[in-house]
Amino acid sequence: MSTKVFDPTSEQFTSIVESPDRLTSLEGATIGLLDISKPRGDVFLDTLESLLSEKGAIPKRYIKPTFTKPAPVDLRHQIATQCDAVIEALAD
Amino acid sequence: MGMGSLSLEDGYVAFVKQDCPTCTLIEPVLSQLAEIGILKTVYSQDNPDFPSLVITKDDSELELSFKLKIETVPTLLKVSNGEETSRIVGWLKQEWEDFCEIKDLGVDGISEFSPGCGSRSIDPDLQPMLQKRFGSGLGSKLVEFASSEDEFEAMYELGWSDGLPIVPPTEKRVLKMLEGTSRSGDEIVTLVPPNLDNLTVEKIAINAVMAGCKPEYLPIVITALEAACTDEFNMHGLLATTMPVGPVLFINGPIRNEIGMNSGMNLLGQGNRANSTIGRALQLTIRNVGGGRPGEIDRATHGSPAKIGLCFAEDEEGSPWPSFSQDLGFNADQNTVTVFPGEGPRAIVDQLSRSAEELARSLAMGLLGNMHPKLVLGFDAILVIGPEHASRFAEAGWSKQEVNEAIITHTIREADLLLRDVDGVAEGLPQGFAGLQLPKLRPDGGLLIVYGGGGAGLFSTSIGGWLSGPKGSQYTTREITS
Repeated sequence: MSTKVFDPTSEQFTSIVESPDRLTSLEGATIGLLDISKPRGDVFLDTLESLLSEKGAIPKRYIKPTFTKPAPVDLRHQIATQCDAVIEALAD
Repeated sequence: MGMGSLSLEDGYVAFVKQDCPTCTLIEPVLSQLAEIGILKTVYSQDNPDFPSLVITKDDSELELSFKLKIETVPTLLKVSNGEETSRIVGWLKQEWEDFCEIKDLGVDGISEFSPGCGSRSIDPDLQPMLQKRFGSGLGSKLVEFASSEDEFEAMYELGWSDGLPIVPPTEKRVLKMLEGTSRSGDEIVTLVPPNLDNLTVEKIAINAVMAGCKPEYLPIVITALEAACTDEFNMHGLLATTMPVGPVLFINGPIRNEIGMNSGMNLLGQGNRANSTIGRALQLTIRNVGGGRPGEIDRATHGSPAKIGLCFAEDEEGSPWPSFSQDLGFNADQNTVTVFPGEGPRAIVDQLSRSAEELARSLAMGLLGNMHPKLVLGFDAILVIGPEHASRFAEAGWSKQEVNEAIITHTIREADLLLRDVDGVAEGLPQGFAGLQLPKLRPDGGLLIVYGGGGAGLFSTSIGGWLSGPKGSQYTTREITS
């Protein structure tokens, strides 16, 4: 005899969001640099900032209030509307 | 099959749908059987005007089809004394003739065999709705394993398990589990991270069955999830961190004894069903409903066996002090669950201290190593104080508050000794802390003393916390409601 069991998962499916096209050039592009507030993330982002500037990009710095929680909605929106791409620094 | 309130007219009853070519093929047969008078009712699953007969009834809501477990259309039932005695499915002329005890269902030009179609009542997309309306009352999808499948292996394959076997959440078991709460199965308890999907009482009950819980544990699991899935407790971060931490639960109040929890020997170990399954039910819910799986959103570098689920009870009866929850202002007859972001337990051995003062110093020393000896203040800790250790303090007349304060005081160290690079160790406090005196644990609630353990052994156990406070996770205590 077959067994029937209830599905323990949420049965809700999140919509699939397509990634935007990759940038073809850094020249004039606004690149968000997101510091997640972990030690030494700033060291990594400082280096990236100067490298990006040398290549003609416009770096823009952002910071998450804490690395332990997802970025607040407003911050995500700000980055999405102000930047062509974003680099998120992990750390340690 | 007993149909309870579903009374069928004696004779023959058919289930059809217009969408099925076999059903339209045999329309003249149905018409003939109706004329003879032996076919009493035709239930139509889609078009209530098909077949165009006086005896056609609408079952487009599928109530009867579902309750009678119709799997194929056409299905022809033989009914006696209001109950089904046998059935045939599909169309095979000879079989219908035998079943209806008619020599010749000679309808010219009809092929003698046609296999029929699936009943709308077994449409997988409609199952949750039909279950809810006409079945168990539960809205979750039913997953059917073939008789040749091992259901335990199949559930592993589906990714539902934490690695240990899980109890198959059958209708019977889930309904029994739901008897453990007065809440409705479809009540949304919270949004569960990381996916932030709706978490219903029903989904918690399913996962609690799988974890091995009894129904009477369910209110604890529900309350623990309510407490864990808040911005303050930050279950998302606790799950996603690379650190080896998870939700640690401990229980206060009469429910501990009512459900037979262990607060004595080996309370943090194996062997007690409630201790072993309540924390596991929480973690399985995070995994299955929230989508929080190791290697995906769960990024733990090493993890910990405590992440299977860690739950224990305070030994309130043995304790020389008021319980943890009483310290927070709850009454002794209130049941509470405390959810703490912690790692696995670690022993603090002290078999030589004889005075309260000595032991406070010694326990403080034992707590200094949590996470790293040179990191302070960021991590809270639970101290599960063993009976033999606690008796040192009780004999000296110390209140729990005095013990707590003394231990924290004895963890105070010169920050200069903890700075980065001191002692040839890079890890440590930033230079800005130089000159300060700092305790390992924050004085305003950084040490949670819980009494428990076996009667013999001059030991206590620490459970180190993850980042505390608004930047990490704040432990929380909630009353367990039904």
